[in-house]
Amino acid sequence: MADIVFFHRVSQRYGEGPEILREVSFRLGDGEMMFLTGPSGAGKSTLLKLIGLLARPQAGQIAVLGQNIGQIRRSRIPAFRRQIGMIFQNPSLLADRTVFENVALPLVIRGHSGADIGRRVRGALDAVGLLSKEKALPPTLSGGEQQRVGIARAVVAKPKLLLADEPTGNLDPQMAREVMQLFMRFNEVGVSVLVATHALGLIQRLPYRIEHLEHGHIDAIARGDAEAAPAAAQENSLGHG
Amino acid sequence: MVTAKSPQSAAQVATQPSWLSRTLQDHSRALNASLTQLMRKPIATLLTAFVIGLTLALPAGLDTVLRNLDVVGDSLQGSMRASLFLKDSVDADRAQELSRSLGKRPGVANARYISREQALEEFKQHSGFGEALDLLKDNPLPAVIVVTPDHHAPQAQTSALLKELSNLPEVEQAQLDEKWLQRLYAILDLVQRAVLVIAAALALAVVIVIANTIRLDIERHREEIEVMKLIGAPDGFIRRPFLYTGLGYGLVGALLACAMVAGAGMLLAPPAHELAGLYDAEPALRGLAPEAVLAVFGAALVLGWLGAFWTVSRHLHQIEPD
Ligand SMILES: Nc1ncnc2c1ncn2[C@@H]1O[C@H](COP(=O)(O)OP(=O)(O)OP(=O)(O)O)[C@@H](O)[C@H]1O
Ligand SMILES: [Mg+2]
Repeated sequence: MADIVFFHRVSQRYGEGPEILREVSFRLGDGEMMFLTGPSGAGKSTLLKLIGLLARPQAGQIAVLGQNIGQIRRSRIPAFRRQIGMIFQNPSLLADRTVFENVALPLVIRGHSGADIGRRVRGALDAVGLLSKEKALPPTLSGGEQQRVGIARAVVAKPKLLLADEPTGNLDPQMAREVMQLFMRFNEVGVSVLVATHALGLIQRLPYRIEHLEHGHIDAIARGDAEAAPAAAQENSLGHG
Repeated sequence: MVTAKSPQSAAQVATQPSWLSRTLQDHSRALNASLTQLMRKPIATLLTAFVIGLTLALPAGLDTVLRNLDVVGDSLQGSMRASLFLKDSVDADRAQELSRSLGKRPGVANARYISREQALEEFKQHSGFGEALDLLKDNPLPAVIVVTPDHHAPQAQTSALLKELSNLPEVEQAQLDEKWLQRLYAILDLVQRAVLVIAAALALAVVIVIANTIRLDIERHREEIEVMKLIGAPDGFIRRPFLYTGLGYGLVGALLACAMVAGAGMLLAPPAHELAGLYDAEPALRGLAPEAVLAVFGAALVLGWLGAFWTVSRHLHQIEPD
């Protein structure tokens, strides 16, 4: 499988508003890690939502994990989403469940045994530095801590594709770096990763492709250390016609 | 920080539990979630269950009343008799033989022959017209065979039997005291059908009450449902706790319904006792039949599940994350 995400001339607008995405084409290769930057309101979240089938594109074609998502029926959406780990700009945690229970949800819906869940959840919480907060309720956590719970939930079931929308927005520089390193480690073991972020300073030195979204168009604006970049990152960033 | 493990790690495959234990585990989690939800607002839960209980108690109570009337009817049937007045041409031997053979017929408890002489004797004793009757040259009374049907036999069979006996060639005229009993049975039959119609209407009411209650539960859990959908929870998984909630309402409703009928039975026992005495009927008041208890519980669970399934199916699609 060549592409994990493939956009071909995708356009999107909300209601009668302006076009947020104008014939956007790009691809994310299997095992690739890529950053998406752009000013606030450029449409980064919109693009990620299209990948997660939280919205349907008005024009163009999108293929995700080898499936043309225009052809995924409503009843197949849950199974489709279970292949993807999504980290949202707002962490969308259940306020009346503990941190542990929130992170366990993706495993619970997959029917994992209790012991297995305990082991994996603690592993994921450890990875985001929140092992000590497993019994806390989300409203008692700081914004950054909540965001890290969301990250743990997205990675706990080992998805094939990780989508992260501004995952470091509420984190201090040290924690932001650690979260980026966590994504990189996932990428090293074969997980494809797409991260939308403003934090150019944090990612510019990293050996991954960076695409810039502005005025509805997407362009490769910057490269990290090209020699050190994984092979997939060095391919032409624009989708073929 | 810990290194991320390989997504294709062998442990992941090895720890996949069997289908059965997964299913049991899923259901126990859903049951748990549903119980937590019901216990979180015990008053509201009880009120809903109470309404459902009342709705179920009505047909169950009516059914119990009918059963008791049926019992009264049956024991009255025991006192029902047919008097077969024999033709004058039938002699005593033939009459006696007929009486014996009638007594052996299935559905007949007893047949007693009363000769013309005995009849006159009895009449004299009971009527007080003794001397006046002595003036008569001839005995005006016919011989009679008094047939008592077996009161264990079904009512329809008894009616048919008595009709048949009245058509015997030896019988001049038959007097059956069963008309009013037939009317009682006809009325009971009508009421029984009415109970079915009422029960059907109330069943619909139960479904609507449960559906509406669960619709509110769904509304309260809108955010949770959105998050569940975001992480790819299947509809069945999201639906399950609500189905258990529907079953829960049905179960508690059924318990309350049976308690209400039993309570009403205790209140009605003394007057029913008196009434039974007046009619020479079996005095014991029958409570809810075991089949009725089963029916109440079965119906309540089915209706609870239906109401929940209906409303969840309708509203789950309207909740989508954005
Ligand atoms: N549900 C919606 N209805 C109408 N307009 C919307 C909706 N969601 C987003 N928009 C608009 O679409 C545009 C792009 O929004 P989007 O959230 O994709 O931007 P973004 O690049 O993620 O911005 P940020 O960096 O601030 O998160 C914005 O102008 C926003 O107002
Ligand atoms: Mg955004």
